[in-house]
Amino acid sequence: MQQSGRPLVRLHGVGKRFGNGVVALQGLDLDIREHEFLSLLGPSGCGKSTALRLIAGLGEATSGAIDWAVEHGNRDIGFVFQEPTLMPWATVFDNVYLPLRLQGVARGAAAADVDATLAMVGLSQFRDAYPRELSGGMKMRVSIARALVTRPKLLLMDEPFAALDEITRFKLNNDLVELWRTQSWTVVFVTHSVYESVYLSSRIVVMAPRPGRIVAEHDVVTPYPRGDAFRTSEPYNAHCRDVSKSLAAAMQEEPA
Amino acid sequence: MNAAERSQRRDYALRIALPAVIAVLVLVGWDLVVRLNQIPPYTLPGPLLVAETFLADWGTLWPAWLVTLRLTFLALLVAVIGGVGLAVLFAQSKWIEFSFFPYAVILQVTPLIAIAPLILIYVDSTHVAVLICAWIVAFFPILSNTLLGLNSADHNLVNLFQLYGATRWQILRYLRIPSAMPYFLGGLRIAGGLALIGAVVAEYVAGTAGQGSGLAYRILEAGYRLRTPRVFAALAMLSLTGILIFALFSAISHLALRRWHESAMKREN
Ligand SMILES: Nc1ncnc2c1ncn2[C@@H]1O[C@H](COP(=O)(O)OP(=O)(O)OP(=O)(O)O)[C@@H](O)[C@H]1O
Ligand SMILES: [Mg+2]
Repeated sequence: MQQSGRPLVRLHGVGKRFGNGVVALQGLDLDIREHEFLSLLGPSGCGKSTALRLIAGLGEATSGAIDWAVEHGNRDIGFVFQEPTLMPWATVFDNVYLPLRLQGVARGAAAADVDATLAMVGLSQFRDAYPRELSGGMKMRVSIARALVTRPKLLLMDEPFAALDEITRFKLNNDLVELWRTQSWTVVFVTHSVYESVYLSSRIVVMAPRPGRIVAEHDVVTPYPRGDAFRTSEPYNAHCRDVSKSLAAAMQEEPA
Repeated sequence: MNAAERSQRRDYALRIALPAVIAVLVLVGWDLVVRLNQIPPYTLPGPLLVAETFLADWGTLWPAWLVTLRLTFLALLVAVIGGVGLAVLFAQSKWIEFSFFPYAVILQVTPLIAIAPLILIYVDSTHVAVLICAWIVAFFPILSNTLLGLNSADHNLVNLFQLYGATRWQILRYLRIPSAMPYFLGGLRIAGGLALIGAVVAEYVAGTAGQGSGLAYRILEAGYRLRTPRVFAALAMLSLTGILIFALFSAISHLALRRWHESAMKREN
C-alpha cells in the first residue's frame, strides 16, 4: 500500500468563512490519493474538522472547489466523529445497520454484512447490547464499524481515539492499520498527536491556524506492517522530530 | 444482599412507609378535630363518614367517575394525536412553527375557566364541549415537549444521516422520533393530570348550567344540597384518579425507556 495511487479527491483553493466572520480555512490545496493513509495534523482550531466535514460534503465551501476523481454515491464515504455518536436507543447491531437501512437494504439482507463488520472490529458478542453497556473503546469500535459497513472508498476520521487511554488507543491504532492494509480504502485521519500521525500515516499534512491552511507535508515511507517495535525505532523518532518541528513552526508562524 | 442493596431496599420501604404514617396521622387528627369540636357533618364530615358515604353512594359516584375518566382519556388521546401531529409539522419547517406556535401558546395561557362558558355556548353537545376544554389544556405540554425533543436530535447524528443521503422521512422516523421519545413521555405525564383538571373544570362550568353527568357535576350538586360527605368522597376519587393517571404514565415511560434512557436506567454503580 506504499505507492499512493491517483488522486481520489482534489481540493482546489478551498476556503470556509463562517457566518460569524471566522475564517476557518483559506486556500487549501490538497490531493487525497487513492489508498493512502493521510493525516491532518494541527493545533486546536486550525480547521481540521471543518476541512473533514467539507470533504464529506457536510456544508459548502465558501470558496474553491472539491472534486471527486471517481464516481461516488451515498455509500462511498464513511465518517467517524470524535465522539462515538451512537443512537442510544438502538442496539449495536442496529447502529451498525443504520447506513445500510438508509440505503434501503432490508434487515435480513444486511445481516451478513453487519455481522461481518462487527466481527472485523471484534464486537460479535455484543451485537445485541445497547451503547450504554459498552466501554468507551468499544463504543468507538461500533462507530468505526458503522463507517465501514458500506465498504466506503473514503474513510474520514475526526480524532476518533482522542478520548481513549493510551493502551486502548495503541490497540485500536493497530487494528485500524491492519484493516486499512487488508481493505482497499483511502483514509483521512484528523489528529493533534504527532506520534499517532507518524505511526499510522503514509502521509502527514501539517496545518496552521488563523486562517486554517496547510504549511507542511511529510511522507512517512516506513513500510507496513509497522508493529509496536516501530514505536521505539530510530526512523520513528526521526519522523516525530521532523513533524514536531513543522508543527512548532506552524504554531509560531504569523498569519499570512 | 450487599450494603448498597440493603440501603436501596430501606429507601424503598421508607418511601412507602413515611407517607403512609403521615396519612394516618392526618386522618386521626381530622377525626379528633371533628369529634372534639362536634362539628356538624354538613360543615366538615369525619373521615369515617366520608368512607361510609363513599360506599353508600357508590351507585351514583361510579357512573359519574366513568364519565369523567372516559372524557379525560378521550381528550388525552386527541391531545396526543394533535400535539404530536403539530409537533412533527412544526419540526418540518421553521415557517410553519413561527406562524402557528404563538397561537398554541395563546391557547395555553388563556385561563380555561374563562373560555369554558363560551365553548359551552358555541358547542351544542355538552360532552363535546367538555372534551374540547380538556383537550385545550392537555395538548400544549405534548406539543411543546415533543417539538423540543424532535429538535434536540444529536447534531452529528443528523449530519451522519445526511451523509448517507437519508430522506426527510428517514431522519424523522429513525432519528428525530426516537430522540423525542423521552420528551414526549414527559409531556404525556403532565398532560394526563391536566386533562383530568380540564375535564373537571369544564364539567363544573357545564354543571352550573344544570347540564352534566361527571364527577364534577356530582360535587357541585352535592354541594348545593349540603351533602358535604359526598363532596369529600367525590373529591377523594378525583385525587386518586389523578394519582393513578400519573402513576400509569410514569410506568409506561419507564417501560419504554428503561433499555436506553438515563431517566429510566437502573445504575449498577
Ligand atoms: N459552526 C461554526 N460556526 C462558527 N465558527 C466555527 C464553526 N465551526 C468551527 N468554527 C471555527 O472555525 C475554526 C476551526 O474550527 P475546527 O473545528 O475546524 O478546528 P479543529 O482544527 O478541528 O480544532 P480541534 O482540534 O480543537 O477540534 C475555529 O476557530 C472555530 O471557532
Ligand atoms: Mg476538531
